[in-house]
Formats: sequence, structure tokens, C-alpha cells
Amino acid sequence: MHVEVRGLNKSFGSFQAVKDVEFNVAKGQLIGLLGPSGGGKTSILRMLAGLETPDSGDIVFHGQRVNDLPPQERGIGFVFQNYALFKHMTVSENIAFGLEVKKWNKAKIKERVADLTELTGLKGFESRYPHQLSGGQRQRVAFARALAPEPQLLLLDEPFAAIDAKIRHELRSWLREMIDRLGITSIFVTHDQDEAIEVADEIMIINKGNLEQKGSPWEIYKDPKTPFVAGFIGESRIVDNIAALRGFGDAAVAAGTKGLIRPEYIEIGRKEEFTQLLSATETGRVSHIHFRGSEWLVEVEVGGIKLVTYRSLEKEVLHPGDEVQVLVHRAYLFNDSQSWVMENKLKADPMFVYI
Amino acid sequence: MTNMLQSRWWSWGFRSTVMLYFVVLIVCPIAGIYVQSFSGGIQAFADNIGEALAWKSVLLTVKLALISTAINAAIGTMSAWVLVRYRFPGRSLLNSLVDLPFALPTAVIGLMILLLLGPRSWIGSGAESLGTTILFHEPAIVVAMVFVTFPFVIRAVQPLLEELDASEEEAAYTMGASRKRTFMRVILPCMMPGIVSGAMLAFSRALAEFGAVVLVAGNIPGRTLVASVYIFGEIESDNPAGAAAVSVLLLTLSLLILWTVNLVRRRRAR
Amino acid sequence: MTMRRLWIGLTTLVFAVLLVVPLLRIVQGAFDQGWDGFSAGVTRPEALHALMMTGIIAVSVTIVNTIFGVLLSLYLVRASWLGKRVKAVMNGIVDLPFAVSPVIGGLMIVLLLGPDSAAGALLGRAGVDIVYALPGMILATLFVTFPIVIREVMPVLQEVGSQQEEAAHMMGAYAWTTFWRVTWPLIRWSVVYGVILTGARCLGEFGAVLVVSGNIINKTQTATTLVYQDVENFDLTAANSVALVLAAASVLLLLVMEWSKSRKEVH
Repeated sequence: MHVEVRGLNKSFGSFQAVKDVEFNVAKGQLIGLLGPSGGGKTSILRMLAGLETPDSGDIVFHGQRVNDLPPQERGIGFVFQNYALFKHMTVSENIAFGLEVKKWNKAKIKERVADLTELTGLKGFESRYPHQLSGGQRQRVAFARALAPEPQLLLLDEPFAAIDAKIRHELRSWLREMIDRLGITSIFVTHDQDEAIEVADEIMIINKGNLEQKGSPWEIYKDPKTPFVAGFIGESRIVDNIAALRGFGDAAVAAGTKGLIRPEYIEIGRKEEFTQLLSATETGRVSHIHFRGSEWLVEVEVGGIKLVTYRSLEKEVLHPGDEVQVLVHRAYLFNDSQSWVMENKLKADPMFVYI
Repeated sequence: MTNMLQSRWWSWGFRSTVMLYFVVLIVCPIAGIYVQSFSGGIQAFADNIGEALAWKSVLLTVKLALISTAINAAIGTMSAWVLVRYRFPGRSLLNSLVDLPFALPTAVIGLMILLLLGPRSWIGSGAESLGTTILFHEPAIVVAMVFVTFPFVIRAVQPLLEELDASEEEAAYTMGASRKRTFMRVILPCMMPGIVSGAMLAFSRALAEFGAVVLVAGNIPGRTLVASVYIFGEIESDNPAGAAAVSVLLLTLSLLILWTVNLVRRRRAR
Repeated sequence: MTMRRLWIGLTTLVFAVLLVVPLLRIVQGAFDQGWDGFSAGVTRPEALHALMMTGIIAVSVTIVNTIFGVLLSLYLVRASWLGKRVKAVMNGIVDLPFAVSPVIGGLMIVLLLGPDSAAGALLGRAGVDIVYALPGMILATLFVTFPIVIREVMPVLQEVGSQQEEAAHMMGAYAWTTFWRVTWPLIRWSVVYGVILTGARCLGEFGAVLVVSGNIINKTQTATTLVYQDVENFDLTAANSVALVLAAASVLLLLVMEWSKSRKEVH
């Protein structure tokens, strides 16, 4: 189902939860609504579902405005954060509920329930009650139950929040695979960026009721449109006096410009590790190092500016207090009026320096 | 679509019916009694209240309700403690018995006390040989009030004691506090909100009690006539204005207590 | 250890003296003239009539207040069409009948609908008697027992939250289906508990009914007001007989109550 949202607003009392949100979701896409808790993601999801009424704006499914359609008529599957399984019904009764409501005939219901328990790997658990299932199994029941009436759109509210970190990874790829196979348009809410990046075709970053940016995970990482997005995705440090760094002097043109630098934008090492780019580096001092399992996380100070970066385990081990060369490849700059990505000027044209 | 319209009509019908029921059954009568008692003006209201017998009955009720509440606060706290903290044969039976006064008709309770304390019973004759009578005197009213309001304090304190984390107590012991000190400084403060709200509910119920009291009080005007029985008498002697005036006094008192209790509970819930 | 024994002993003693002995005393009182005295007391025509009246009132009031109680609880917890303020105020008002002396409850109905009131006179001309007749007695009992079911059901509704109901909506179930298939199974045992408490209160209601009914023998007399009248007439055996029937019914309800409480805890 193609989903279109225009000028969506929602307030609870004096608190504006959703502000002028607009987006399109193409058929078959899997979209992640990502943002901090309390940012309005769940409100958007609930308005799509019809559980909450927008103050203004249009929700359009398949070119048809559905604002006035009650949730029962929207043909949406919804997976709740804590699954909201019917406690007094078994797994198969839970799955069959929506079909019974829709007055399917008994034989067809039985067949569909059998298909879904098979699909979700719940075979053998049909007559268990929710309290007899593990978290992951409950999530699968919620998923199967939402899919049973063959919805055109699947909405998932923090689908993995209540699951142990270990199983979460497994379930994520399972869900991704399942949705790919069914080809159903899906939107899920999460506050976990790894989850969004790993699962979603496209991410929508929601903050304080605003849709900050929509795009593929790579686009959002590579080209953040707002400082919030830049700071929210990936790890980063904000540097106030970015113009003091070598190669970023041009940042001083607009007053109040700050820089956001990701660890992966920075390279550090002994002088001899840099060959041609040495002139673009600055001298810094290692202040702390942390072992991160697959790499070192190094904190380094360059003329009073604190930066963090990673360092491969294959390279020589650094120690706090060591003097190192620091190369900042690029920074994401922003001020009150605009934001842009700036490459290290000295690095962009190394030959110029050498001549 | 028809499904949806039908559902809207139904829910609209249900809503209006329930709201109407609520207003007619609860709001109207209570508003009515306030209107009625002030319908003759403030002066008439003051006259009705100012009547010596009316005053005396209200004061007597408050006094006896306070006594019975104090008794119940003590008994209730002890019983709640024993029922929660100790395991002994018959515990669950006692726990079920707590609700008995709520289940028994008040008139039956009155009759029980009448039989138990009457001149022919051993308690009654025992008291007589000591030169006092219980039945148809103040002590009988207190007994009736204690019986009727018995469950309130217990039921309010029990959940608090069950919630009380054993580690809090253990922490006090590890810090060298004696049992007595731990009880006074850790356990009692935890039970306090329950004791207070239970006692207030018991007090409010004791103020209002009629059935159990009317049978054992003797209802001697000015001596053992409590407020609710006074109101009943005024209705019987066809003086609804007098009845309404005392009712308003009693009612306002009860309402204040009830809302205070609710407020305290809501605070705690936060 | 000795402290423990002391407290347990003291509590048991208090329970025995305060609760059990009086109850046994009723049994003894009912049978102090043997089985014949008891059966004569219960099978008097006025006693049979009074018990029937009590039964009629208990059944009709319990049914009405259960239905309205459940609906109002649903509205007070779930309804989005009621503002938060309105809900808070209504929630406070619901408890009023607990605070009102039953005699006052009865007085209210006499004042509003009695022969001297405007509404009462109007109804009287139409040939409908409210006060000193069954409708008034039912009304008085409805008032007194109104909060019971609500106080049992509301906390459960609050605790289970609305997500299961929303899940049912998403699967196409409208309000009616959602209620019966999702909400009702969740609140079932609390409702049963509320029904039993309401029933017990109806059986025992005295003050309000006494004021409203006028206590007319074979007409508006209920079991409790008959006990009262027997005591006033110094016919203690007869009073004890009817009281024993009432007490037995109450104790039975108490047992069912304990049972439903344990069921409630399971679910």
C-alpha cells in the first residue's frame, strides 16, 4: 500500500507532539521511524493506525483519504510495544481473532492459522497461553496475529524493545526477511539507531515532533541535513572552535560555526605512518585509550580540542601521553542558519602543499 | 460502513444513558438534600441545627465514633500485623472473617449485640453485678460501631505491610537498631498512611451507622440518641426540614473525610 | 517467640469475641425454642413476604448496578470523550454513597419523590407510587450500592491498560466484540466479586429502606426491617430466626467472595 501523509499535526494539551509532518512511503518499503523517546514517533504511528485523531493534516492510503475511517476499517496490522497479546487466549486463538471478527469460515481460519504458525516458527506452541512463552515467541505471535487478516500495511511500535539484547539481533534479521518475503509495506518505530540502520530500507528521523530527514541509512549517515541528524546517527563529537583545526580555517567565515566530527573522519598515528598527507596533520597528545573488543578507541587532544577516533588493533599500540599526528578528513559544520560538510582543505589538494 | 454507523449510534445511546443514570441517581439526591435544608433560608437551617437535641445527638455521635475509631485503629493494626507477618493454623480463616462485618446485615449485627449484652446474657448480668449497664448505654453503641467498622483499618494496613520490603527492616537491623526501634522507626511509619486512611473511613462509617446502633442504643433523646437515629426520628415525626438540616451537617463531615482520604491515597499513588 | 505467641493469641481472641461469638449467639437465639420456634419465625406470612421483597430488591438492584457500574467504569477509565477534569470530579462523586448514612440516602429519596414533593405529586397523580412502595425501595438500594462494582472494576481496567483493546480494534473488532471477547474476560472475576458484594449489601440494607418503605407489614417490609420490628415488639425468637436466614445468606456470600478473590488473583 502506498502511504502519503500531509501536514500532520497533533497536540496533547499544550504539548505539540507532532508538527507538520509530511512523507510518502512507496509500496513494499520497510521504513524505520527513528528518534529519541518522546519525540512523537509513536504518535505518528498511532495516527496512521487510527488510534489517535490528528488535529490537522491528511493521511492518504492508495490515494484515498482515511482520516475519518476508524481503525477497524483501515486494514492495518499493528504490533504493539508490549505485544498486547490477549492473555486469556492461546496462541492460535490470538492469531484467529482478527479472522473470526472478519467472519472467515472455520476451515479457512484453521488453514490460515496453520500457515502463520508455520511461517513464524510457532508450530507446536499453538495451544500455549502468552504467559507460557518467551519474549521472542510472544513477539512472533504478535507479528502473526497482526498479519493474519492480510493487512496492506504493517505498523510496529518498538517491536524489539522488550526483548533481550542477545535474541534481538536474531529477531531483527528474521523480521527483515519475513517482511521482504511478504512484500508488505511496513513502518516501525525505534529509538535504537543500529536497529533502524540494520533493518530499514529508509529511515525517517523524528525529533520533537519534526521530521528531520528521510532517506536510506547510508544517505542519512553520509549527508545529514540537520545538526540533530548528524549528532543522532553514529558517534560524534562537537567541536566549538572548529576553525582552529588545520585545514578548516575557512569555517571562521560565518560566526558561531561549530563542527561535528565522527571518529571515522579522523586518522591518527606516528609521523612515519603518514606519508604524503603529513602536511595536513596536526600534532596532538593521546589522553586516554579504551579497548573496544575489535579496535581501540583513542581520545586525543589537539591544542585544547578533544577528539575521539578508532585505531586498528593491527597497528602499533598507543599510550596515554604519546605524541601523535592527527588527520581530520572532514567535518560536518553548522551554525544557526545552515549546515554543510567540509573536507580538510590541505588534504583536498596535497600536491599544492608539497610544491 | 453500516457497521461503523451502527456502532456510533449504540455508543452514543450507552453514553447518554449511563450519564443520565449517574446524574439522576447520585448527583440529584445529594444536591436535593442541600437545596431542601436551605429552602427555608439560612435562619431556618440555623434554627433546625440549633435545636438542643439535634446538637447533642451530633456531638454524641462524634464522641462515640472517635472512641470506636481509636479502638479499631489499635485492634486493626495489631490484627493486620499478625495476619501478614505470622504463619499459623487458622490464619486464612481469620483473614476471611475480617470481611464478615461488611457481609452481615447491620440489623443482624444490632441484634447480635443486643443478645450478647442484654440483661439475660452473662456479659450483661456481669456488668449489672458491677453496678453498670451496657445495653442501651454508650458502651453498647461503641461496641456496635467497632463491630461495623472492624475491617477498615485491617484492610488498609495489610497491603502496606505486604509491600514493605523486608530488606528495609534488615537494613535497620544491620545498622544496629533494636527490634523495638526498628518497629517504631521503620515499620510503623510505613503502616501509618494505612492506619490513618483506614481510621478515617472507619470514623466516617461510624458517624453514618444506623442499623446496628438503633437496636442497641435505647435512643433516649439527649443521652443515647445518635445523629442518624435522630434523623430517622425527625422523618417519622414528619419534620423533613429538621432531618435534612442534621443530614447536611453529617453529610458534609463525611464528604470532607472521604475526599481527604482520596487525596491522601492519590498522593501515595504518585 | 513468646511475643509472637502473645500477638497471635490476642488477635485470635479478639476475632473470636468480636466476630464469632456474636454470630453463634444468633444461632443459639434462633433455636432457643427449638426447631419449631425457628421454623415458626421464618414461615410466618410476613416473614416469607419480607424475604421475598429482599430477594426481589437484591436481584433487581444487583443486575442494574452491575450493568451501569461496568459501563461507567469503562467510561471513567477509557473514554476519550470525557475530559480529565470531568473524570476526576465524577470519580470523586462515585464514592458519595459510601459517605452518606443510609438513613440520609433514604431521606433524599423521600424529599425528592415523596408525596410532598413536586415530582412525587406528579407521579402520584399518574398512579405511580415511589415512596412507601417497591420502586422507592429499589431506588434507595441502588443509591447505596452504586459504588461497589465500580470500585472493584476500575482498578483492574487501569491496571491492564488499553493496548489489548486497541489490538482488537486494529484487527477489525468494533466496541461490542472488543468488549465481550477482550475486555470482559479480563474483568470477569472482579465483576463477580463486585456482584457478590452488591448482593450482600442489598440483603443487608436497612436504614435507607426503612425510611423509604415506611415498613408496612406484608407490603413494603423487607427481611431486615422485619428483624427491626420484631425486636421492637420484643419477639426475639422470631427476630433471631429471620436474622439467622440473613446471616446464613451473608456468610454464604462471604465464602463465594473468598473463592472469587482467589480466582481474581489467578487471572
